[in-house]
Amino acid sequence: MSTIAKSGFVVAALLVLMAALSPLLASWERVQSQDLVSRLDAPDRSHPMGRDQLGRDELARIIYGARVSMLVGLSVVTISSIVGVLIGSFSGYAGGWVDRIVSGFLFNVFLSFPGILLAIAMVAFLGPSLRNLVVALSVIGWVGYARLMRAQVLKVREYDFVTAARALGANNVRILLKHILPNSIQPLIVQASLGMAGAILAEAGMSFLGLGVPEPIPSWGKMIDDSREFWFTAPHLFIFPGVMIALAVLAFNFIGDGLREKLDPRQQPR
Amino acid sequence: MRGFAFALLRRLLIVIPVLWAVVTLVFLLIHIVPGDPARQLVGENATEEQVQTARVELGLDKPLGSQYVDYWRGLVRGDWGINPVTRQPVLKRIVSRYPSTIELAVAAMFIATLISIPLGVTAATHRGSFVDSLSTLVALLGISLPSFALGPLLVLIFSVNLGVTPVSGIGGIDNLILPAFTLAAAMSAFLTRIVRSSVLEELNEDYVRTARAKGLPERTVIYKHVLKNGLIPVVTVLGLQFGVLLAGAIITERVFSWPGVGSLLVDSISERDYKLTQGCILVIAATYVLVNTATDIVYRFLDPRIKVE
Repeated sequence: MSTIAKSGFVVAALLVLMAALSPLLASWERVQSQDLVSRLDAPDRSHPMGRDQLGRDELARIIYGARVSMLVGLSVVTISSIVGVLIGSFSGYAGGWVDRIVSGFLFNVFLSFPGILLAIAMVAFLGPSLRNLVVALSVIGWVGYARLMRAQVLKVREYDFVTAARALGANNVRILLKHILPNSIQPLIVQASLGMAGAILAEAGMSFLGLGVPEPIPSWGKMIDDSREFWFTAPHLFIFPGVMIALAVLAFNFIGDGLREKLDPRQQPR
Repeated sequence: MRGFAFALLRRLLIVIPVLWAVVTLVFLLIHIVPGDPARQLVGENATEEQVQTARVELGLDKPLGSQYVDYWRGLVRGDWGINPVTRQPVLKRIVSRYPSTIELAVAAMFIATLISIPLGVTAATHRGSFVDSLSTLVALLGISLPSFALGPLLVLIFSVNLGVTPVSGIGGIDNLILPAFTLAAAMSAFLTRIVRSSVLEELNEDYVRTARAKGLPERTVIYKHVLKNGLIPVVTVLGLQFGVLLAGAIITERVFSWPGVGSLLVDSISERDYKLTQGCILVIAATYVLVNTATDIVYRFLDPRIKVE
């Protein structure tokens, strides 16, 4: 594996750990406790990332912010990949008019709509909450997996071993689960890690627009929005969350790109 | 030529069901509001009478079918609803904001092209060089840095510290440059990669070897032959990315308080002005669909190799 993909793995693992262990790394009290006297303080020894506009510890908020980021990212990837794989393989397997409606119309409608706009629209009307955010981002995320899976089904089902399995009396569900899915798992993993990067960026963007998780849970995107009046007097308030978002997005993109290069023989150096 | 005209017509006809789906989705949005949208609009303490008035204004007092017909009728007639408090018509507010969004998106596209084409071409022709590594770096930063962190950073550097651009406001190139650059960053990243790989691919073609073999200077080979073919896919991506820019503009506009449709959309959401939210989404989505279709048609003109299906 390339150095880039490896460094992606390390950073991603650290972020997931930080999210999982955040109650051990900083107390919830530290996230919440306000101190208006020392608000907007620059980083110092006791508050390595400074204090925010309400005098809360920025570092503790950054640590807890990883929870929202990772939780939303993982949930969106899980839900949209399952839905996408189901719809994609169904469409590819059924063929005929079913396939024409699903891939010809449904895919196109979703792809002809800028994803983030659809997510904004849904949360704007459903109301902001963790659940609605995950639902909205999954609704725009599944199409990628579905297209991929449909293409895989169309390709793999022509292989001799599938014909052999069918001749031996395997039914469609068995062929799909035992033969087609294992042969599609690698491109799905690539899609999932790129999807994770996309979901993290989208969560941050939605939170920045006020459409993310509600108070009191800190989220990196929301932290940047909340401090907008103080961006230029206390720049640490947008720089630290911004760096965290960029790190998380980069890490998962590195993993995806690294795996894709490994799986795609055309991109191997000769 | 008849085949071409037919293909064109066919492409235009595909727009109709897509636009229909977009309008229908936008119409249905008000029905996914949990509880009673009319009650949400007027607030918890409103009287039953006020709620009823809001319900009539939102058109929610009729059966779904006739609401849908009314919605289409309103769209066609230019009656997109009014704000229940300020009595301002939705369409008028959107129309007044629309040019600012387009201005921002066009400027961003211009900047992205200006960055990515020279950078991508140089990266491809000087593979493994410093410029090639630089292009990779730009691509990585562009895709991973969120615009709501990049924007404030640019303002901090160029306006607050260096004092070369105004902090915010509208009108003139000065005010446009930072928002446009912020919006352009992600697109530049993506586009540089596309240009690089597209030019790399063309460099392996036979005609390049022929051109070199007959003694043409490398500059001529690159600029007269390779670019002509290598930039065709870039045009498609440019068109598709214009739509992505429109969506990205929602965030960029909020960063810079840019008075476009995007910031209007965000304001309408916090004010629970459902009709205005629907209108903004519809306008952005419709622009996206139309620009994509136009790109597709231009692409066919540019590359005669694309056959009629």
